[in-house]
Amino acid sequence: MLDVISKSGAVAAVGAAAAPATATRTTCPYCGVGCGVLASVDKTGVARVAGDPSHPSNFGRLCSKGSALGETLGLEGRLLHPLRRSQGDGFERLSWDAALDAVAAGFKRIVDRHGPDAVAFYLSGQLLTEDYYVANKLMKGFIGSANVDTNSRLCMASAVAGHKRAFGADAVPGCYEDLDAADLIVLVGSNAAWCHPVLFQRIMRNREARGAQLVVIDTRRTATAESADLFLRIMPGSDQALFSGLLVHLAESGVIDSDHIERRTTGFEAALAQARRIAPSIAAAAVSAGLPETEVAAFFDMFARTARVVTAFSQGVNQSAQGTDKVNAIINCHLATGRIGKLGSSPFSLTGQPNAMGGREVGGLANSLAAHMGFEPESVDRVRRFWNAPRIAEREGLKAVAMFEAVARGDIKALWIVGSNPAASLPDADAARGALQKLELLVVSDNVRSNDTINSGAHLLLPAQAWGEKNGTVTNSERRISRQRAFLSPPGETRPDWAIFSDVARRMGFPGFDFRSAACVFREHAALSAFENAGKRDFDLGGLAELSDDAYDALEPTQWPIRPGESAGRSRLFGEGAFNTPDGRARFVAPEKPTLASALTADYPLRLNTGRVRDQWHSMTRTGTSPRLARHAPEPFVEINPKDAKAAGVEQNGFARVVTAHGSCVLRAIVTERQPTGHLFAPIHWTDETSAQARVGALVPPCVDPISGQPESKAAPAAIAPCAFARQGVLLARRPLALPRGMWWARLAVAGGFAYRIASDAQASFWLDFLRRNGSEDVVEFFDEAQGLLRAAAFRADRAELFLALGRSPPPVDAGLDLSALDKLSASQRLELLSGATAPRDGESSPVVCACFGVSERKIDAVIASGCTDAAEVGRLLRAGTNCGSCLPEIRRMIAKRRG
Amino acid sequence: MDREKLLIIGGGMAATRLIEETAAAAPGRYSMTVIGEEPRLAYNRVLLSSVLAGEAELADIELRPAQWWRAEGVEFLSGRRAVDIDRAGRVVALDDGARLPYSKLVLATGSRALRLNIEGAALPGVHTFRDVADVDALSRLGAEGKNVLVIGGGLLGLEAAYGLVRRGANVTLAHVMDRLMERQLDAEGGALLKRLVEATGVRVRLVADTARVGGDGRVQWAAFADGSLLEVDAVVFAVGIRANAELANKSGLAVQRGVVVDDGLASSDPNISAIGECAEHRGVCYGLVEPAYEQAHILAARLAGRAAQYEGSTVSTNLKVSGVRVFSAGDYLAHSGADILYCKDPRMGVYRKLVVQDDRLTGAILIGDTSGARDCLAFIRSGERVADLHELLFGAPRLDKAA
Repeated sequence: MLDVISKSGAVAAVGAAAAPATATRTTCPYCGVGCGVLASVDKTGVARVAGDPSHPSNFGRLCSKGSALGETLGLEGRLLHPLRRSQGDGFERLSWDAALDAVAAGFKRIVDRHGPDAVAFYLSGQLLTEDYYVANKLMKGFIGSANVDTNSRLCMASAVAGHKRAFGADAVPGCYEDLDAADLIVLVGSNAAWCHPVLFQRIMRNREARGAQLVVIDTRRTATAESADLFLRIMPGSDQALFSGLLVHLAESGVIDSDHIERRTTGFEAALAQARRIAPSIAAAAVSAGLPETEVAAFFDMFARTARVVTAFSQGVNQSAQGTDKVNAIINCHLATGRIGKLGSSPFSLTGQPNAMGGREVGGLANSLAAHMGFEPESVDRVRRFWNAPRIAEREGLKAVAMFEAVARGDIKALWIVGSNPAASLPDADAARGALQKLELLVVSDNVRSNDTINSGAHLLLPAQAWGEKNGTVTNSERRISRQRAFLSPPGETRPDWAIFSDVARRMGFPGFDFRSAACVFREHAALSAFENAGKRDFDLGGLAELSDDAYDALEPTQWPIRPGESAGRSRLFGEGAFNTPDGRARFVAPEKPTLASALTADYPLRLNTGRVRDQWHSMTRTGTSPRLARHAPEPFVEINPKDAKAAGVEQNGFARVVTAHGSCVLRAIVTERQPTGHLFAPIHWTDETSAQARVGALVPPCVDPISGQPESKAAPAAIAPCAFARQGVLLARRPLALPRGMWWARLAVAGGFAYRIASDAQASFWLDFLRRNGSEDVVEFFDEAQGLLRAAAFRADRAELFLALGRSPPPVDAGLDLSALDKLSASQRLELLSGATAPRDGESSPVVCACFGVSERKIDAVIASGCTDAAEVGRLLRAGTNCGSCLPEIRRMIAKRRG
Repeated sequence: MDREKLLIIGGGMAATRLIEETAAAAPGRYSMTVIGEEPRLAYNRVLLSSVLAGEAELADIELRPAQWWRAEGVEFLSGRRAVDIDRAGRVVALDDGARLPYSKLVLATGSRALRLNIEGAALPGVHTFRDVADVDALSRLGAEGKNVLVIGGGLLGLEAAYGLVRRGANVTLAHVMDRLMERQLDAEGGALLKRLVEATGVRVRLVADTARVGGDGRVQWAAFADGSLLEVDAVVFAVGIRANAELANKSGLAVQRGVVVDDGLASSDPNISAIGECAEHRGVCYGLVEPAYEQAHILAARLAGRAAQYEGSTVSTNLKVSGVRVFSAGDYLAHSGADILYCKDPRMGVYRKLVVQDDRLTGAILIGDTSGARDCLAFIRSGERVADLHELLFGAPRLDKAA
């Protein structure tokens, strides 16, 4: 277990025993694993964050991102007061009363004039269940529209739809314990080593301790793939061909559980018939998936002969125009073998966001109503009566992509965006950003003062409480509800989102919003889930509906369902059948033939895949403030196979412009064999806040799955071309800067300020003038014409405010990571600073591999060179990889490279 | 055995160095006589500006004490002027009628300050800055808090202006060019120097062409080409120097801008040599002490009978100008497509520039921090590859406390 003490980037690791007794037990705000966190702040303001040893999701472990939470609690850039756009680009402060009145009046005016469907809420998987519940109740129950959607649409919608089609409810059948107990784990479209590191380490421990096998199915050789016993590098969009082939193989080899199929399911014959049409044989499956037949046969054989199989899937499956079919193709194989809801056996959706599940539970999606109920008349009637809501919405609303298209058409005139940045993250993000500017009223509740969405013309900004300040519950991938508890006092005038929604609802004249606390909201949510349920709906929190405030505060992590009168939830569902369908039987679903939504053309001959990097989360609002996390991948990049790079003239570490029919980005090129030919990969994290031209969302076409509405974010037809700049380097600043258009830059957090990695054609005179305008007149400079070097610094007294170092080659990864070295410089050190003598020389530059302990590639390589032959030994010597383990694949790769 | 008679006309720095070198190179060979026009022993003319600035006493800048000259057996005739050379008879006539025979004659007559050929240039109150007498006169102007116009923004003018300010005068410096010390500095260096000079209290006017000076019986105003007028109590010309070559000319030696010498430093008369500011070698009259010393070194070797050749000097300036250290050498403007490296810290008054061609240093300017100047000059002269240009540029950056 790692305990991290953070203040201005200082990191120390101590044992679990050192965690103070007064630490608050809370839950990590990042991925869907939902790790328990012990957090505290001492008298000097130093935040300590440690894994909670008693939390059943992580047993004390945290990944690099979670470990660095303490570094992300600063107030730089925070939205602390309600703001209203004034003339021009500025904002003016206003009182909460005035702000809430303006929101209520604005929504009421537009609903009165144009009807309830002229307004919408766009929410976030980062919200707490209580926030989600009140927002959903307001919009669907009282405004009378179902235009409530969320960024979970971009992440989990296909899994939701697949679950509903198969099980009759959006319920994950298994639990994390199954990852410990399985003998075969199949990861499909999941880079769990980076995106769910704590679960991945659980899988790796099972592999080491019990000999479980790991199969990884992905289009690119990820860190996860490197740890697999069998890696199947499939063609994009061919997942259901592979799993159709598997279903056929299971049927033909007699591995299917006929009794289970007979008694607990329907639709098997039709599904099998369709599977035979898609992939009648191993050979056919291999051709469709672009794999060698031997690999496909090996996988089918492993699956067939292993009873305990968990097939875990994530965005590689979901983010597809056939995502729902892919989910069902996977589930079909588990239904056919009866491997569902049993110890070590289940299909398993790995949730992306910390509370995508909680949002789904309250119904915070346009195609569900509330508490896992849809828009069937009896459900609408039930919820109407429960809420006492005569104007309740009676039909589905618009899903994310359609919602923003309606905004663009002018059909939606008022939009309230909460805790999300759709102007950067939606597909066709430039169009989404443009659409926002047409709104009569754009309200944004957020933690930050500036992001791509706010800067798309938001009229009102409402300051919300952030992680560590707010209170409520989240649900993780295994249906486990955990408390997020506050350990910081809320800064400025920030408020909980549920309270903001309640206040607006009351101002709009709606009853039923007199919530005093998060606990009150939770009890009503739990009561609704149990209302007229009688065991018919698995989403049932009846056992928690009567929690006292104290019991709510003390609530231990609990899985649902927890029915009235029960004191513990259930680990697994559907092991004995009892699906949530009207007849209680699961449904086999015959998938469509595999295809991609968009075709390659001569202009766009490559497939662009998008995804995450190890140490960043979403649009980096939080992780981007940690200097430690910035060092693994400091710049937005595109990965490309050497063959494609050569054909396009793209050079290793050069720049490349990636263009699709929808937008364009300029990214650092990483030429690697891990990327298959014909395919590009670019991470999603950078926005206009953190980079000049790296809004990867703008490249993604708005093609969606017809059932789930989830966009196909991983297969955009794209073109790539090299792009060059005269100079590149680093600009260090104490505060965020406005860099002029036309240059490339990426901003990262460093101790004491920000580092801008920049590339531009600007003349030296431009930069010197820039330093004078943004720093001070007291500028020192160094110029080497032959080598193209320009270094300069702007001083105030003995402190360098800005420091610039430009050259012809990419700056070292660890260039200028600590501004404290520039705090106090003597007269003679002013120029010495420019000599480069104090900065690491290029040869010494080294990215951080282990973010938890800050161990650089150079250090790890040194011990490997001196004879270290396995990752465990590296860990004993350097501690690298011994906490979250998400760097272990990289360490193993380095060892393999040395062995040659 | 009779020693050869070595007669040196001129009692300045070149002469002194020649005597030192000759005494070392050919001990006992010559009986040496020096004829100095100023009524004192040789002194370090470069340091006159320090005397004017009150940073040194006259006694401090004397090159060698009287006993040294005696000990070396050198006859130092001060306050005397050579008026004629009888080349055929190898005799030099002095202003007091004395006639000194020689076997070898060396002209080290130096140069004199020029005055602009403008109206009023001869009025009382118009000075130059060349010798001890000038320093006395300028010091008095300072002490009286006079308004002084210094004309000329080269090294000499800057030092005069700085010294005058230090003495208490109210000084304007007018320079006809668009930057100070344009023969040693680029625009950047000139601008920095201007700022540093202004910080000492001197008002600097660039592109200021003094058209005439005038006044009632003595200088009272100066008029510029742009029509502006400045009230002054005194004017100091620091507009350049001219070689003192009249005697040589009169004696029939080849003279152009200076006494023409060959690579052996011999004039058109093989028994007569010339060194220092009065000499013209390969068309160049140097106005700095360093070439004079190099010439003295070569000539001493030849006087000792060795076949040394002088091939010209790489001009460099390494001085304190107006209290600011300034070094300039070689192709400081980077002509002919050379590459430039520089670093600068205007607030601390530091500017360092290297001019490089094919890894070889061809020029340099160092202001404020002149550490490494000696290395720069050595690299420029030798044409050796510089292994680490950055190390040379940043030197061991050490700021001149006086800056």
